[in-house]
Amino acid sequence: MPTRSNLLDERAVTRALTRMASELVEHAEGPEGLVLVGIQRRGVQLAARLAQQVEQLEGRAIPCGALDITLYRDDLQAIGPRPRIGETRIPGDLDGRTVVIVDDVLYTGRTIRAALDELADFGRPRRILLCVLVDRGGRELPIQPDIVGVTQPIARGDRVDVMVRELDGRDAVELVRE
Amino acid sequence: MTRPILIKGGRVIDPSRRSDGIADVYLAEGRVASVGHGIVGEDGCQVIDATGKVVAPGLIDLHVHLREPGFEDLETVATGAMAAAAGGFTAVCAMPNTDPPQDNQGTIGFVISQAQKAGKARVYPVGTISLGQKGEKLSEFGELMSAGAVAVSDDGKPIMNSHLMRTALEYAKTFGLPIADHCEEITLAHAGAMHEGIVATRLGLKGIPAAAEEIHVARDIILSELTGGQIHLCHMSTRGSVALIRRAKDMGLNVSAEVTPHHLTLTHHACEGYNTNAKMNPPLREEADVEALQQALKDGTIDVIATDHAPHHYDAKEREFDEAPNGILGLETAFGLAVSQLVRPGLLSLSDLLYRMSTRPAQLFKLPGGSLATNAPADVVILDPDVEWTVDPRAFFSKSRNTPFGGRTVRGRAEVTIVRGRVVHDRAGA
Amino acid sequence: MTKAPALGKDLVGLEHLSAEQIRLILETAEAFKEVSERPIKKVPALRGKTIVNLFFEASTRTRTSFEFAEKRLSADTVNVASSGSSVSKGETLVDTARNLEAMRIDMVVIRHPSSGSAEFLGNRIRSNVINAGDGKHEHPTQGLLDLLTLRDKFGKLEGLKVAICGDVTHSRVARSNIWGLRKLGAQVAVCGPASLVPRDIAALGVEVIPHIDDAIRWADALNVLRLQLERMTSGFIPSLREYNRVFGVTRERLERAQKDLVVMHPGPMNRGVEIDSDVADGPFSVILPQVTNGVAVRMAVLYLLAGGGPDWQHQGGGE
Repeated sequence: MPTRSNLLDERAVTRALTRMASELVEHAEGPEGLVLVGIQRRGVQLAARLAQQVEQLEGRAIPCGALDITLYRDDLQAIGPRPRIGETRIPGDLDGRTVVIVDDVLYTGRTIRAALDELADFGRPRRILLCVLVDRGGRELPIQPDIVGVTQPIARGDRVDVMVRELDGRDAVELVRE
Repeated sequence: MTRPILIKGGRVIDPSRRSDGIADVYLAEGRVASVGHGIVGEDGCQVIDATGKVVAPGLIDLHVHLREPGFEDLETVATGAMAAAAGGFTAVCAMPNTDPPQDNQGTIGFVISQAQKAGKARVYPVGTISLGQKGEKLSEFGELMSAGAVAVSDDGKPIMNSHLMRTALEYAKTFGLPIADHCEEITLAHAGAMHEGIVATRLGLKGIPAAAEEIHVARDIILSELTGGQIHLCHMSTRGSVALIRRAKDMGLNVSAEVTPHHLTLTHHACEGYNTNAKMNPPLREEADVEALQQALKDGTIDVIATDHAPHHYDAKEREFDEAPNGILGLETAFGLAVSQLVRPGLLSLSDLLYRMSTRPAQLFKLPGGSLATNAPADVVILDPDVEWTVDPRAFFSKSRNTPFGGRTVRGRAEVTIVRGRVVHDRAGA
Repeated sequence: MTKAPALGKDLVGLEHLSAEQIRLILETAEAFKEVSERPIKKVPALRGKTIVNLFFEASTRTRTSFEFAEKRLSADTVNVASSGSSVSKGETLVDTARNLEAMRIDMVVIRHPSSGSAEFLGNRIRSNVINAGDGKHEHPTQGLLDLLTLRDKFGKLEGLKVAICGDVTHSRVARSNIWGLRKLGAQVAVCGPASLVPRDIAALGVEVIPHIDDAIRWADALNVLRLQLERMTSGFIPSLREYNRVFGVTRERLERAQKDLVVMHPGPMNRGVEIDSDVADGPFSVILPQVTNGVAVRMAVLYLLAGGGPDWQHQGGGE
């Protein structure tokens, strides 16, 4: 029987996102040329929230998109094709922009590797930043986040579930022990 | 001189004399010497215990393709005659679509001499109706008959020219030769690969309508009426043909008909998955056709079961359905299929079946055999009508393996086959 | 966790697919539409896969569409056409297949004049086989792209009335359309001269409408089949002129129906025979969207078959 425990509750998620939004603007040296791209699925909702927060901080709309990395995965042979491919929506030209990749959980780094490959096919950003809600450790590639909600090393075999209001009815981050 | 054979204690079924009971059968000098109780053979005779088995006149197949001369990689007279013996047949009629075709004395004589050398089942060649099976000019029926032909046919091809068919029927009367016709209106069947019906529609294969056979059957019947000639309709496949033949017989016409074991067993659904081993001409038809053919065999509208044994090389069938050749093997599965399909469900008695696979074929083509009367040829089969066995094409005596029945479990098999008073097949000893 | 229905090793036809499998292909194709709109129209999903396009019949449209689909998925492709190959030297299909397999290819896309050839090939080689049209049997990717085009246009297929018009007997497009549309809940009718409609077609769950005007009145969409010109010489119809007069989809006929109708055609068109130019180029026509969707559908099929895992699962939570 898997057991669930809370890593972040609703309020903690909100606080983390607020802090991440201001760190993000700081890192990017202002909102100029900033583009947020969320990774399907829950990265998309997190990116939209961050964009909203940045807009409140800076008083200007931030272009926000979605990226599905399924077709850039390196494990087609191992796991077979993904049954559902999500939407990829890149808001305008990426050339010369500062692109922030937003994802829910950072683990092996393979998703981000695929996302970097995919972004390169859409243009040549001036700079790419990585923003994640949870960094659970366990990297298999030399990839590190620039902005993190919470850093929490988690054992292999355990799972981190991120829930967002838009899809799951509530905001939470939970640790699932099998 | 062969040793006399005493077959003891079997259930002796002789459809020619409507007899069925436990008896001994004594064969000597190539003839049936006696059938009775407590027969004591001469010293040194071969004794076969047939207790629990059926002893019957050997099966006779009016329609096989032995492929020699010309296609010896598919079958030879010797392998075909051995396959026949293994299936319980003591005589088969070899269709003339060889290369060269059996349209001359030389080829007919060659087939007969190959059969004699093989020394298995008897092989009676069928001559062609037309020279080269071209459908243009009549073959020399008198010459063919004197060389040993027992009937004439252009089987594989129908005689489309009605004038030629009429003259063939008339001319054959001089010799009392039956004319066996492959019934197919080819302009209607043209390039069809299977029965025209729902399966063909789904598979996207060109269909051969039942009408293609029936139009030709109707014409042949009408020409038989016109000429009084003896017409034998090969491998009937449709309920419409059955109705036409029934009417012709009611009119007293000189018409006979055959049906194959596979047309009594399978429907066009056997072609699902593009199974080329179910590709044949005439094609496998519908359930209602199978039922009508079975009834027709029961009531005598259809006279005989004939196998249309058609060997093909395995890789000829290993290709696109459109391109694959027609036909399947029949000799080594015919009896088992017939027992399973007709006798066990109670449609025919075993005696009725043997009449349609032995006595009646002999009568139609005026062949020796089909009887255990005293002095009849010692062509006898010992059958086990109950034994259950599974068809394994690899075990066939035929050179070819093309059958849709591989893996099917059937009941009934020939155990010992005796031709001219000599055992040519003994399953236990084979 | 969502469990997706596997497609199996081969795509031979729509007859043996479930509605769920067809929907999976259409949904996957939706995602691939966007790939063709990107500045770099290429994703690495099938990198390292080798695909042979084995065409025993001339085909520009289908072959090009498959080739684009393969290249946009980064597969390595080889085209083998029947002219100039060992096929025309009398090699059997089975030998051709075994030779290709010996070169360790991953997938074969086959177009062949004999019905059943794709299934035949699929049963004999380990590679995935995709039917790009086999004789008069099926043309599943055409059927799928027609479904996708209709779904784009109408939002759903349930209850939609589609009339398939023309030479149904000899059409693999008709068969794939009938299976696909019926499985997804559309109503299907066929309309054509009785000499070109199988007698027992109603057993597939379709209505037979003898007159084209009645079909137009009944239908929400027409799928107008190509009339092979050799049907005239082989005696199925008297002349192309008469065919156009009696069965042609003309602007006058559509205007008489006084309703909005969608007109599809699998191409290549015989303008002035089964379809008039002002219909093909007119506002009702979705013939070019069909072509666009063809690439997306083929990408989806290639992608879904390539992994080949029988029961893959969507993995939730991060990675």
